[in-house]
Amino acid sequence: MMNELIFFFNNVVVASIALGSIYAVAGVGVTLIFGILRFAHFAHGDMMTMGAFLAFVLAGLFATLGWSVPGLPTGFIVMPIAMVLTAIIAFGLDKAFYAPLRKRKASSVTLLIASIGVTLIVQGLIRLIFGSGAASFFETETKQLIRIPVPLEGVTRTINFTQPQLLMVLMTIVAVTVLHLFLTRSRLGKAMRAMADNADLAQVSGINTKLVVRVTWIIAGALAAMAGTMLALDVQLKPDLAFNIVLPIFAAAIVGGLGQPYGAIAAGYLIGFAESAAIFNWSVLLRPLQGILPFEVPVSITFVPTEYKLTVAFVILVVVLLWRPTGIFKGASS
Amino acid sequence: MTRRSVMLFGLLFALFVFVGIATGVQYTTLLLVQSFAYALIALGLNIQWGYGGLFNFSIMGMLMLGGAAVTFTSSPVNPGFWASEGPMLLGRAVLGLAVGLALVWGVGRIAVKGRLKAVLVVASWAAGYFIYRTQIDPAAAYIETTSGWVGGLGLNPVFGWILGGILAAGLALLMGKICLGLRTDYLAIATIGISEIIRALLKNMDWLTRGTKTVSPIPWPTPLPQDLQAAGMAVNDSFLYARLGFLAIAALILVVALFLVQRAYNGPWGRMMRAIRDNFISAGSMGKNVTQRQLELFVLGSVLMGIGGAMLVSFQQIYDPGAYQPINHTFLVWVMVIVGGAGNNFGAIFGGFLIYVAWMTSDQVAQAVLSTVSHWSTDLGWGAIPEIESRASQMRVFVLGIVITVAIRYFPRGLLPEVRRQ
Amino acid sequence: MSLLEISSLVGGYGGAPILNGVDMQIDQSDIGVIVGPNGAGKSTTLKAIFGLVSVTGGAIRFDGEEIQNSLPDRLVPKGLSFVPQEKNVFTSMSVEENLEMGAFTRTDDFRPTMEWVYEMFPVLREKRRQPAGELSGGQRQMVAMGRALMSKPKLLLLDEPSAGLSPRYVLEIFEQIVKVNKAGVGILMVEQNARQALAFASRGFVLATGKNRFTGTGRELIADPEVAKSFLGG
Repeated sequence: MMNELIFFFNNVVVASIALGSIYAVAGVGVTLIFGILRFAHFAHGDMMTMGAFLAFVLAGLFATLGWSVPGLPTGFIVMPIAMVLTAIIAFGLDKAFYAPLRKRKASSVTLLIASIGVTLIVQGLIRLIFGSGAASFFETETKQLIRIPVPLEGVTRTINFTQPQLLMVLMTIVAVTVLHLFLTRSRLGKAMRAMADNADLAQVSGINTKLVVRVTWIIAGALAAMAGTMLALDVQLKPDLAFNIVLPIFAAAIVGGLGQPYGAIAAGYLIGFAESAAIFNWSVLLRPLQGILPFEVPVSITFVPTEYKLTVAFVILVVVLLWRPTGIFKGASS
Repeated sequence: MTRRSVMLFGLLFALFVFVGIATGVQYTTLLLVQSFAYALIALGLNIQWGYGGLFNFSIMGMLMLGGAAVTFTSSPVNPGFWASEGPMLLGRAVLGLAVGLALVWGVGRIAVKGRLKAVLVVASWAAGYFIYRTQIDPAAAYIETTSGWVGGLGLNPVFGWILGGILAAGLALLMGKICLGLRTDYLAIATIGISEIIRALLKNMDWLTRGTKTVSPIPWPTPLPQDLQAAGMAVNDSFLYARLGFLAIAALILVVALFLVQRAYNGPWGRMMRAIRDNFISAGSMGKNVTQRQLELFVLGSVLMGIGGAMLVSFQQIYDPGAYQPINHTFLVWVMVIVGGAGNNFGAIFGGFLIYVAWMTSDQVAQAVLSTVSHWSTDLGWGAIPEIESRASQMRVFVLGIVITVAIRYFPRGLLPEVRRQ
Repeated sequence: MSLLEISSLVGGYGGAPILNGVDMQIDQSDIGVIVGPNGAGKSTTLKAIFGLVSVTGGAIRFDGEEIQNSLPDRLVPKGLSFVPQEKNVFTSMSVEENLEMGAFTRTDDFRPTMEWVYEMFPVLREKRRQPAGELSGGQRQMVAMGRALMSKPKLLLLDEPSAGLSPRYVLEIFEQIVKVNKAGVGILMVEQNARQALAFASRGFVLATGKNRFTGTGRELIADPEVAKSFLGG
């Protein structure tokens, strides 16, 4: 039984923590933008892709310069730089595309449509510059596999995960902690929460709302670059990398309650787990119990066939929207 | 039609003439047929967004459903399937689905309240799904290994177009019933989610659609070039005349649809719809059920999308569920309506033609530009730009993005704005 | 020269102007009360002072400076604060965080001011870790006023501070307002409980159709039979 549980851990828990970290980090960005600017920012997935490509270019640059840290994938070393660059670009995108519309007091729908336009522009530019093929951070470096033996009798399997997965989780913990401290301890972070809570009152209180908007874009851009690079490190780098994943991220933001960063983090992991668990073959866990089960365990029991993995998030998204649009963790938001 | 629209349509005509001279008559007829289909789809979105203010990001799903409908209706009959156990297994799957739905329906009506009810409802959905899966999985596996897929009905494609409209209407009815109460941005996200679910289903239900293995050739309602060649026509002429034949039907459908929509729009029904959209009357104050009216718009618009999607698939003669992308099939149509002018049928149609031509020709323009730049950079000793062709084909996405952001910022009401009457 | 001087103010939300010539003068020692029928432009006047409604004519001078059409983040540091009628607390944030947000524009140490606010509203000190959304209506109003006082304003604008409160709390809130005024903060407020509010007002303004109809001390206005008949319900 232990062997089967380890198999479950490797295939479901590890995968869902890795995927969940990506959803959580990106979902926080979506939810902050919604909280402060009150619109669904569809171009978030492309900010992720852009960040990942910037990291990729930087990694190549570091490799040619011979800069590296032994034992650490270059992708992680360049990530902070990519985050800074993407934050600057996110800030620029706001200035160029969203700020003029806000000034005109355009509706949230207009901003949403504009974000579709930004999606297309960024996506087009990425493909124009990088082509439409796939690339990997691990063409020259190797992705290390970490195996931890379990010191129990009769256990043959080891707990497996890759080094990038471990680093991803660590970085997510760091990012979430920093974000938490920022939101609860710093004046600007509190002002951000205040504006998400009640934008009119924030303005009336004399809070510099333009500054808060700027900081929001910078944080969202940096987190998007982080999530995108992590995704590229875990899977591979493609121009439509994040376009496919933007809906699960919206699902995380909505399930967590739009405007609620902590909800988005929890929901990110929840959706990551749901996706991994839905395609897991539960027969593996049932088979050792065959002796006490009244029926014969089939070869394969999955909630959905593997090819429907992403669909799980869409279904969760639609169900939550219909059942409780304000999110399942906390009520009232907007 | 105002003077402005006459002028813009005149310019559009001139653009097509120019494209015709630059790319040849054959290509232009292809462009025209697809433009007519897209104009029909844009008209559908205009009914939903322009009249009703209803956000629909599931256009791709509607087009895919229309395509699946015409594939199923007009593909040749697959005798291997009908001779096999397949129909019987599928029948059991349908029965399983019916039992599952009955279970869900029944539990929904049990007079229990509160937490227990929620548990029961969730359990009934799970059980219903499980029953369906136990039947459909073996049926799908059996059909895919023996006869490949269910095949078609071998009917005239026009029936497929009609079925496409009906299926899209059905989906719209279902979506409208459950989603239309949502706030606009939530509606956008919900519809895009549903659209993606449909894509995943049609792409992976190989027994029904052959999935990524694609279905072709799908017949035309009019004679194919090959038919004309068999009748003794020269190859070049045959393509031209065959496409003109298809074009005539496409144009007829668009004109009829436009006529009907325009008439309804100018009648009391259209006035009421606009009044609801602009909040001139508050919900229910006229004794009308606003949600019901919005549902009508949603279904009506989707019918046009389903028909348009079916037309596109028959014209291309191939159904490839893997080729559908939100950019090409949802956002493109949105750009058409916004650039053309939401709320104005002529604007939507104008946008449909204009944006489709821009979309189809922008990669050629980009290729020309990139090769010129590449020549310069080669001359300067910087070397040529690699992979010009694949890069240029991505140019259209960028151009589309620029067009929509510029339009929404500088012409938020479109090139042919809605004429507001009191 | 008074702290706040408004002369022939014209303004509104972009359509036809709602304010058609409002005149007011308030000193830091004053409690000014604006009364009048619905749609007279009472709240609009406050919002115009605070830059939330565009001013198209006339002038607003605060502390000797023209401030019309300045945004709140410029006005708060000058010593002007505003408490909106509704949604006037950050419900998801603690009482203390609400107060801190009121001090956003300050760069100096605001802890003494927070002490001062807690002394004025002792119940807030007890509940300072609690989310403001969990407080009662009267306590929320105190949080809202406390937040506005955190910027150490010279003049506090209050939009119907007693709206939605039970009669017992109305009196309590009015007492608090007088206390704040005694501590050296000028008050300009809009009130529905006209008679009660005018009773302690040093300046009263009766507005109708965007214009001053009557101006005087609170007692004068209450005593004026015409005001009493038309605006105070007999």
